[in-house]
Amino acid sequence: MDKPTQISLPPKITVRDLNFYYGNFHALKNISLNIAEKQVTAFIGPSGCGKSTLLRVFNRMYELYPGQRAEGHVMLGDQDLLDRRQNVALVRARVGMVFQKPTPFPMTIYDNVAFGVKLYEKLNPADMDDRVEWALRKAALWDEVKDKLRASGTSLSGGQQQRLCIARGVAIKPEVLLLDEPCSALDPISTGKIEELIAELKSEITIAIVTHNMQQAARCSDFVAYMYLGDLIEFGATQQIFFKPARQETEDYITGRFG
Amino acid sequence: MTALNSSQPFHPSATDRKPPSPSARRAPGVWGSLVFGLFAGGAALFTLLLLAGILLTLLIGAQPAIEKYGLGFLTRSVWDPGQGDFGALAMVYGTLATSFIALVIAVPVSFGIALFLTELAPAWLKRPLGTTIELLAAVPSIVYGMWGLLVFGPFLAAYVQQPLQNMFGEVPGLSTLFTGPPVGIGILSAGIILAIMIIPFISAVMRDVFEVTPALLKESAYGLGSTTWEVVWKVVLPYTKAGVIGGVMLGLGRALGETMAVTFVIGNMSQLDSPSLFQAANSITSVLANEFAESGGGLHEAALLYLGLVLFFITFVVLAFSKWLLLRLQRAEGART
Repeated sequence: MDKPTQISLPPKITVRDLNFYYGNFHALKNISLNIAEKQVTAFIGPSGCGKSTLLRVFNRMYELYPGQRAEGHVMLGDQDLLDRRQNVALVRARVGMVFQKPTPFPMTIYDNVAFGVKLYEKLNPADMDDRVEWALRKAALWDEVKDKLRASGTSLSGGQQQRLCIARGVAIKPEVLLLDEPCSALDPISTGKIEELIAELKSEITIAIVTHNMQQAARCSDFVAYMYLGDLIEFGATQQIFFKPARQETEDYITGRFG
Repeated sequence: MTALNSSQPFHPSATDRKPPSPSARRAPGVWGSLVFGLFAGGAALFTLLLLAGILLTLLIGAQPAIEKYGLGFLTRSVWDPGQGDFGALAMVYGTLATSFIALVIAVPVSFGIALFLTELAPAWLKRPLGTTIELLAAVPSIVYGMWGLLVFGPFLAAYVQQPLQNMFGEVPGLSTLFTGPPVGIGILSAGIILAIMIIPFISAVMRDVFEVTPALLKESAYGLGSTTWEVVWKVVLPYTKAGVIGGVMLGLGRALGETMAVTFVIGNMSQLDSPSLFQAANSITSVLANEFAESGGGLHEAALLYLGLVLFFITFVVLAFSKWLLLRLQRAEGART
């Protein structure tokens, strides 16, 4: 794209001239876009287009692996996340993430939710109980687990585990929540619950979601970014992308002629 | 269709072979399954028989000593082959104390090595360092023993024991821990040598189990703002606890059973007069190594075999303890519904 798509809503994350490399492979090319505050932005595109990579730049997860590097600017508020002086653990505490597969920690349901909270806050037991309940309610899991908070997190069903992971991410009250294909391992009912959850959460948290599911992007996002081979092809309001895309490639992809 | 035609000569019977009639058809590999099943079952059974055989041999051989001392053997600290008076306490203490010291040193060090190799080391260093550690596990124990006696022992005496004696020589209680001639043999040297010997085993196992921790699980913990330490300590370690405990038990088993290196540096005196870490002592395996050949049968040999039985029992208790520990840790993680 020639110039960054302007969205009138206030941006939470501002990406400017972002390039990303896996070793010599140029995986993201001059990406510039704004992610609007307390909105859901969906990233779609065929496998390998760089949408997950982009998500992993937002919380600097790529830094765990040698040979991966990002150039450019990713502003969260007025701070550049890519600035080496930014403490990476603090960045990740502000930008939560949920992955393709549920990843409950090997501990109780309660401890799973309290895990991230304990890292940064000293809460007394009663406040911690409240926080855990609050997060589990946010993730629409409370009613199913309130009687077995001391059971292992791994004993839950796949859909429940994924909601547990969302509760765990929400519990630390992040400003942004990144969802990397959160429903790819789930059945339709669990998927429906998570989509309801996204709609619920966006009143408080900015959400960026990567999905392979067009209907999901159409159902639960406010803005859609279509990416292909490391380029941001089109970015706009969901309605506009799905009903009158400006670019032929976008139309081909969302109508299933390509991808 | 040239490609198809050219491939046909390789399957000349594909078209003209008739399917066998249902009665002639047999489930594939029935005999293979049977033979392999018997073989695998037999191999497993063999270990059980071997274990029973060892136990039986020890029991029969130790019979005279068992009859004479009963379980009191365990609480007697005398070991006097000249007078024909035997008790296991000094050796049991030596075995347990050296292994305990070895674990106290080796477990944290191995954890550090494994953590460094899996989370912190730059990629170019991982492989050479890992291989070096595996190679250390292949060094024969007598090498460690000789090094301990000739190099490490004198070093320990000069730079650890004597300063400690000077510092705490006047302090009642503490001073008794450091008494003894400054030659660098005894419980502490043996424990440290054992620690060095078992570090490669424990760290190699820990590294392997840390490496199989799913990347997504670690990323989830990092994603909440954890530091590397918090990820490893609070998520990776609980996730791999079965493997880690297995590795520690492997090291402990090696420490309990190690003979040659310990014999070189422990001093081989079956006494319990002093609690000093620098006093010559003895372990079950070194007594067996030193005295079995010249025991000449009779009560002495029976007492030695009784010691072997005791070691067998200690190993069993250690194993049972590790299972119990694992069960408790699993319970702390939360019940499975």
